[in-house]
Formats: sequence, structure tokens, C-alpha cells
Amino acid sequence: MARSIKKGPYVDAKLERKVLAVTDGKAKRGVIKTWSRRSTITPDFVGQTFAVHNGNKFIPVYVTEFMVGHKLGEFAPTRNFKGHSGTK
Amino acid sequence: MARIAGIDLPRNKRGEIALTYIYGIGPSTAQYILDKAGIHYDKKAAEWNDEEQTAIRNIINSEFKVEGQLRSEVQMNIKRLMDIACYRGVRHRKGLPLRGQRTRTNSRTRKGKRKTVAGKKKAPKK
Repeated sequence: MARSIKKGPYVDAKLERKVLAVTDGKAKRGVIKTWSRRSTITPDFVGQTFAVHNGNKFIPVYVTEFMVGHKLGEFAPTRNFKGHSGTK
Repeated sequence: MARIAGIDLPRNKRGEIALTYIYGIGPSTAQYILDKAGIHYDKKAAEWNDEEQTAIRNIINSEFKVEGQLRSEVQMNIKRLMDIACYRGVRHRKGLPLRGQRTRTNSRTRKGKRKTVAGKKKAPKK
């Protein structure tokens, strides 16, 4: 079931604080390391790079405006299937 | 003969059903259109007079996206998903199901005809 509109999009509070610090000019622009794959990408995120954890390492994700509304985790795959043995 | 939204010529079918031959119009939209045009559901598509046909055409043109336009919109949406490289986009690229269905068996609609892999053991008989 989809999330109630009343609540608005879910963004991890701590992550949102970090993003807003950059957009307000309080913090330097750079890669934001995060484990919060479940956070929705809001328009504030556009143009920033996130290092999204995939359970093993951090995947750099550069956010464009088309990504708004998706979750950060959608861009950092957790499984990396390289093909079966023998199939070349 | 009724020719609506380009190439569609469904005849000898009840109006309600005939309209669903247009891509983008299902049973409930078809009923909505006929209600609005004031045509009985059971009236055959071939029996519509010019007036009724134009009424239907106007409703479809003004309120619905059908056929080529709708198809291209769907393609655009898929292309968007593939371009941003999100999980759903990647699944589209690989031709696998998007919504977390199992792929060990089934999902033949997405994967297409079975491709037999040489050397793969069959399940042992009981």
C-alpha cells in the first residue's frame, strides 16, 4: 500500500538536516554518506551526490531532477549478478 | 462503419465492447463515453449514425489519451526509468519482472520462451 499523502514523503530526519545545511550554505558541498536507503528523494536533493550504502559499500549517486520521488536505495543495487558459472 | 481514433473498425459488436478495441479504453471508460454521448450500451457500433459518432469522437479527443499518444507516453515513462538507472529501470533493461516476483521459475511473460541451458541437471525423479 502506498504511503498516506497526509504524512508527506519520508526522509530520514538526520539526512534531511545534512542536505538542508548544504543548500543553506552552512556546510560545504560534497558527498553525503548515508545508510538511509529508505529516504525519498525530495527536490532539495537535486544536484547533490550521495554515497548510498548497499550493505557492502557506498555507491555514489548523483541526483538529477528525474529522480525526485524515488527512494535513494533504488539507485544502489544490493545484488550484483554477474552470470552463472560456465556461461561466458 | 465506425472509424474512431485512427485505425479502429470494430463492428457487429455491442457499442460498449466495440469501444474497448481502442488502445486506452477499457470497459468502464467505454461505458462512461456512451453514457456521456447518450447512446445505449447495446447499440452495435455499425448502427451508430454520424451524429453519435462525432459525439463519441469529441469525448475521446477532449478527455482521453488513446492509441499512439498513449503508447508513446508509456514508452517515455519506461525510458525515464531506464535513464535514471533505478531498480525498476535496470529490471526493464534486463527484461525481468519489476515488482519483486520470483524468477527462479515462472515469469515467462517477461523472460520470453525458455532457453535451455546445456549441462543443467534435471530434477531427480522420486
